[in-house]
Amino acid sequence: MSTEPKRPVLEVRNLSVSLPKGADRVHAVEKVSFTVNPGEIVCLVGESGSGKSVIAFTVMGLLAKALKPTSGEILLEGENILTAGEERLRELRCTRMSMIFQEPMTALNPVMTCGDQIDEVLNTHTDLDPAARKAKIIAILARVKLPEPERIYASFPHQLSGGQRQRIMIAMALVLDPVLLIADEPTTALDVTTQAEILKLIAELQEGQGTGVLFITHDFGVVAEIAHRVAVLRWGELVEMGPTEQILSRPVQGYTKMLISSVPSITPVHRGVRRDGTTILRTEKLGKIYTGNAFFQKARVVKAAVDVDLDIRRGETLGIVGESGSGKSTVARCIARLIDPTEGKIFIGDTEIATMSARKLRPHRRRVQIVFQDPYRSMNPRITVGEFIIEGPMNFGLGRQEAMARARNLMETVRLDPNSLDRYPHQFSGGQRQRICIARALAMEPELLIADEAVSALDVSVQKQVLELLDEIRVRLNLAVLFITHDLRVAAQICDYVAVMSKGHVVEYGSAEQVFGSPKADYTKALFAAAPGRHWEFGKFAA
Amino acid sequence: MLDFIARRLIAIIPVLGVVAVFVFLMLRLTPGDPAAVIAGDNATSDQIADIRTKLGLDEPIWTQFAIWIGNVLQGNFGESFFFKKTVAELIAQRVEPTLALAICTLVFAVSISVPIGVMAAYRQGSLIDKAVMGFSVLGFSVPGFVIGYCLIYVFAIELGWLPVQGYVRIGVNFWQFAERMVLPSLTLSVGFVALISRITRASVLEVLNEDYIRTARAKGLSNRVVLMRHALRNAAVPILTVIGLGIAILIGGAVVTESVFGLPGLGRLTVEAVLSRDFPTIQTVILLFSVVYVVINLLIDISYTLFDPRIRY
Repeated sequence: MSTEPKRPVLEVRNLSVSLPKGADRVHAVEKVSFTVNPGEIVCLVGESGSGKSVIAFTVMGLLAKALKPTSGEILLEGENILTAGEERLRELRCTRMSMIFQEPMTALNPVMTCGDQIDEVLNTHTDLDPAARKAKIIAILARVKLPEPERIYASFPHQLSGGQRQRIMIAMALVLDPVLLIADEPTTALDVTTQAEILKLIAELQEGQGTGVLFITHDFGVVAEIAHRVAVLRWGELVEMGPTEQILSRPVQGYTKMLISSVPSITPVHRGVRRDGTTILRTEKLGKIYTGNAFFQKARVVKAAVDVDLDIRRGETLGIVGESGSGKSTVARCIARLIDPTEGKIFIGDTEIATMSARKLRPHRRRVQIVFQDPYRSMNPRITVGEFIIEGPMNFGLGRQEAMARARNLMETVRLDPNSLDRYPHQFSGGQRQRICIARALAMEPELLIADEAVSALDVSVQKQVLELLDEIRVRLNLAVLFITHDLRVAAQICDYVAVMSKGHVVEYGSAEQVFGSPKADYTKALFAAAPGRHWEFGKFAA
Repeated sequence: MLDFIARRLIAIIPVLGVVAVFVFLMLRLTPGDPAAVIAGDNATSDQIADIRTKLGLDEPIWTQFAIWIGNVLQGNFGESFFFKKTVAELIAQRVEPTLALAICTLVFAVSISVPIGVMAAYRQGSLIDKAVMGFSVLGFSVPGFVIGYCLIYVFAIELGWLPVQGYVRIGVNFWQFAERMVLPSLTLSVGFVALISRITRASVLEVLNEDYIRTARAKGLSNRVVLMRHALRNAAVPILTVIGLGIAILIGGAVVTESVFGLPGLGRLTVEAVLSRDFPTIQTVILLFSVVYVVINLLIDISYTLFDPRIRY
């Protein structure tokens, strides 16, 4: 860490950004001040709506038109960006300050080759001739450790993986050696092993060049991994700022304490192995193979799930952990028969449903219910929450009055106001919507509840509440729960048993304590080694 | 890719089959006797019956269909009742004005509508945007012949810049050809411009919200480069689709426009053939239009791959 008195690359002084009229508050960002020194990584941490991304976009001059900086200064090496014209801002972008974004999948233009997209930067900002530009691009592609730079140069984004695309973004951002790099949740959309590599790459590159980095994240694991200093934001205001070690282990403000306490520990809670209830779900050599059909070419075969043997007893939570493409959601969807398995058997209680016809399956549908990842998109925006909850039970013959009474009860179970049943989804926050989705699933009185990444889209404090709620419901209703997640910390906190999946196979399966405590499979070990902030035991503070 | 083209070409066959049956039945089931038309006002019923036998119109309807289809498959489209020529000859004579009109219209329409659509999207909510949207509503709702006569009145009669009507073959005198194409293609463009500018606006607006547009701006590119290089190319696929579907408007519009401007093209041939119950000509022209429509849309589907490398057939 460089703390010698050098001029900071970025100084934000007293910055306020106003929200358009009618928003839930006046300012997106209010009187925020901080600095980023050369060679330093400063993390802006906060939950959604804290204004952390707004600050990043204000620095780049890329704010949406509706948002206006109303006071303060942003000094990039002493030059005030807020008073710079559009032309000057364009000159500064990618030469002195660069930005990388959250979604590498969508941040690159899909119809241009990666080489051309980096070439645009050089063509706009330098007088280099084509040959020199190409040489420079190949060099930076090698520096961000992309294999075969020549091939990557000519590739389109869709031909690369998410991690590779983020490397392209980093190459693009750093090709002209800017003094400031703004990274807006650059690893949030990536798998944990890829995330670890990208974090390492960013740290290496910025250290080599002495670049100042403003790193935006909601993930304290990432903070522990990469930050020199941390600034905690809430509702547009700076709550607390200091060196990483101090903020993470000796936070002063109540909000910071609450946030850090909400981070799930990677050490599993001791829940004891029960193995005495009746088996609710059992799969035998469950498999799902996708075959493309082509006229002339050889058909493409994708083995999404192979020989999956799982079982869950009443009152137990089984977690399936894995990276994207590991087949964990495929298994969940097969069990709920949202897709048809191609091989193996699924027993719900004593009923084999894997090959059951749609008509025969219908009465069994009630027994398995699922809660999806994105609470914003899994509810029909045009029907009220009440209708959303009672639709299922009424479909199975319950009268409207009884169904409504059940819905009111369930709203209480998920700690929402039963009187809000006549409201529409957009009137609820993400966490509330996820509770409603849980209530909807419970309204069917299922025997097995599947939660498919059900807390992944939620802020850490909300996530904690929903996790506690799920666990409480499991105990109270003696439910079997299948919990799909990519987040090892979450899995450690909620699962009795864990199955680790990779490339369609279950590579490790056992009690949570056993899998987390002494992983056997190489893949599991690699997965744990990549978890950000794994060496950091986030303290539980009394807020 | 070849796989795709082969499958699409095979799929044309049932389409044309349905068109053929439909056209044939429509014509036979509508009232009016071509034999009577050909024979003229003073003909006796014996003469009419003679003509009917000669044309095969007294055969059962399915025999007539079988004979016709058999001939069509051999490339014989029959002889026009009315023009006393083979239909093939007739169409060959009439194809040039229509082709010229269609091409000029497409060029006009695309070169006007795409830029104004992009501008409207970029300046969403501005005066330009409102003007473009207003124009497109107008363009949709005003019939082609009204636009045609208005243009003739202003540019040909009042200002005297361009001829009122008529056609000169491109090989005979290019300038006379060109000045006679201006008003018809403008007329026919209006509806097309309305359609394409709207879809361009919508498509570009959607693309402008994409993350890679933000990336492009974060690179320090100028607005023009962001719009033309990054936004428009990504917006191209829906625009192309609508241009393809719009070919139908073009064909329908050609009938009216050619009549207004006195162009001796396929559109007017269709009108004349319908009025004189000239079955072989009508059937062939409609079949031809169907083939053109299907083939153009196939070409457009293939052209997607030029704009978007992710599309593979």
